[in-house]
Amino acid sequence: MKGKANYRKRDYQAFLYIMPWLIGFAILQLYPFISSFIFSFADYSIGAKPNFIGVGNYKKLFTQDKEFWNSLKVTVLFALYTVPGKLIMALAVAMFLNRDIKGINLIRTLYYIPSLFGGSVAVALLWRLMFLDNGVMNAMLTALHLPNVQFIGDTRYALKTICALEIWQFGSSMVMFLAALKQVPKSLYEAAQIDGAGKARMFFSITLPQISPIIFFNLLNQMIQALQNFTSASVITEGGPLKATYVLGLKLYKEGFSYFKMGYASAISWVVFTVIVAFTLLIFGSSKFWVHYGDE
Amino acid sequence: MKVKNRRLKMVRDYVIIFLIGLVLLYPIIWMVFATFKTNEEIFGSVKLLPENFSFQYYIEGWKGSGRVTYTNFFINTFLLVLPTTIFTVISAALVAYGFARFNFPFKKILFVLLIAMMMLPNSVVIIPRYTLYNGFKWVNTYMPFYAPALLCCNSFFPYMLIQFLRGLPTELDESAYMDGCGTLKTFTHILLPLMKPSLFSAGLFQFLWTYNDYFNSLIFINSVKKYPISLALRMSLDAESVVQWGKVMAMAAVAVLPVILLFFAAQRYFVEGIATSGLKG
Repeated sequence: MKGKANYRKRDYQAFLYIMPWLIGFAILQLYPFISSFIFSFADYSIGAKPNFIGVGNYKKLFTQDKEFWNSLKVTVLFALYTVPGKLIMALAVAMFLNRDIKGINLIRTLYYIPSLFGGSVAVALLWRLMFLDNGVMNAMLTALHLPNVQFIGDTRYALKTICALEIWQFGSSMVMFLAALKQVPKSLYEAAQIDGAGKARMFFSITLPQISPIIFFNLLNQMIQALQNFTSASVITEGGPLKATYVLGLKLYKEGFSYFKMGYASAISWVVFTVIVAFTLLIFGSSKFWVHYGDE
Repeated sequence: MKVKNRRLKMVRDYVIIFLIGLVLLYPIIWMVFATFKTNEEIFGSVKLLPENFSFQYYIEGWKGSGRVTYTNFFINTFLLVLPTTIFTVISAALVAYGFARFNFPFKKILFVLLIAMMMLPNSVVIIPRYTLYNGFKWVNTYMPFYAPALLCCNSFFPYMLIQFLRGLPTELDESAYMDGCGTLKTFTHILLPLMKPSLFSAGLFQFLWTYNDYFNSLIFINSVKKYPISLALRMSLDAESVVQWGKVMAMAAVAVLPVILLFFAAQRYFVEGIATSGLKG
């Protein structure tokens, strides 16, 4: 193609078709993105004029707010537990289902059901009830003669309890892995078998590299979502006990929409954004070492 | 001997499949039975089946709070979810068509921006959006849900449809142009009918995500009369000093049911939608 592309007359009509997004991008994405950055340097609440205080919000967040570092830690931990947990579960189950069995469609459908309720209040309430101190989970432990666990009331377990809900919903990653596993050429395994490779060797040398683009995609998406978790921490544990599940999403909501400290909440949202960008860069940066694209 | 071994292996496989399925579905099954139980039956017991099946909690729970019943909450939910879903599908289809079928100035950079917006976290834009909507007097209406849907603000959907459109040969468009169709007619008469499965997948996912949404509803809807089910359920927890869990679970089950029915009716579109486009969720 030469310096100036040749656009046909009707090509300009494309702008009419993408107009909804152009408007949406300008008003509901770009503008809010920039203004939340600006708000984050201001003392601001709804209906009042922003009063710029420089890095005051960030300074307060990093040095005075006792909740902040805990919230940051809990948010990152939540992501570090749930994302690998979910992916490992999804991959293990997908590997198991990737064989000649009758009724695979029905099985896949049934296994997917929990994942229909990502972020659902109904299921969060169910989780809360099941994991209460005298709930059915502890009743089961008692029946098995195991000591009871304060799943929600103990700071050591509360976060793990809400992570378990997240990991339970591994369905969409599983469906993607299943589709990816089906595409791995059988000839690779046959050749490896002839060379005398064991099952473990085949998994690490063939399966993992072959499906690595899908793992990459899932890792990225799940990470972005996990870092913004809100529903389960809000409904199941309400951030407690002793802020053990007080994730940044919850703190942002409280500061911004309960106390209407919107400048401060904007600063928190930019911390969340920075963490997401950091993880994204980490995943992208490391990808050249472990993501293999077949057609290169 | 070999045949016997294989059969044994198959039995083992099905046993494992059944056990995994049981663990995964037990909470949902337990929930359904819990709707018939009193607090005494729920707590400290591993028994799955209730003493008796009475629909009392469904009747009581349905009454909701004050004069607002679950009939209202359901109507609200559908008033919120259905237009949002339809608007999303329409806007995403238009935008996808624009990107997939034309070669226009700044296309590359605009496409990169469109894709980059998939990584823009909701929490970063929520506060300015709130002040914006507040200025428009849209708080406590469903406009905060409709507007981003109309303006194609979840890039996942156009992206999914672009991928699908790329699989349709451009000869289709060319021959339509030859026959004297304009771009709009080419789109509505030739491409849209072919896009049906992907439009349906997109719609299903938007339906599901909006139906399950809690964060945005919590922020933008503040009068009980306009509550969708998610907020109504959360409220039911604080409604009484002693929570009647049977009642809460009854309404939670009622909220979960349409999703499961929809999923079974349209599971092909769900699973294909995920498997082909690589989904979040």
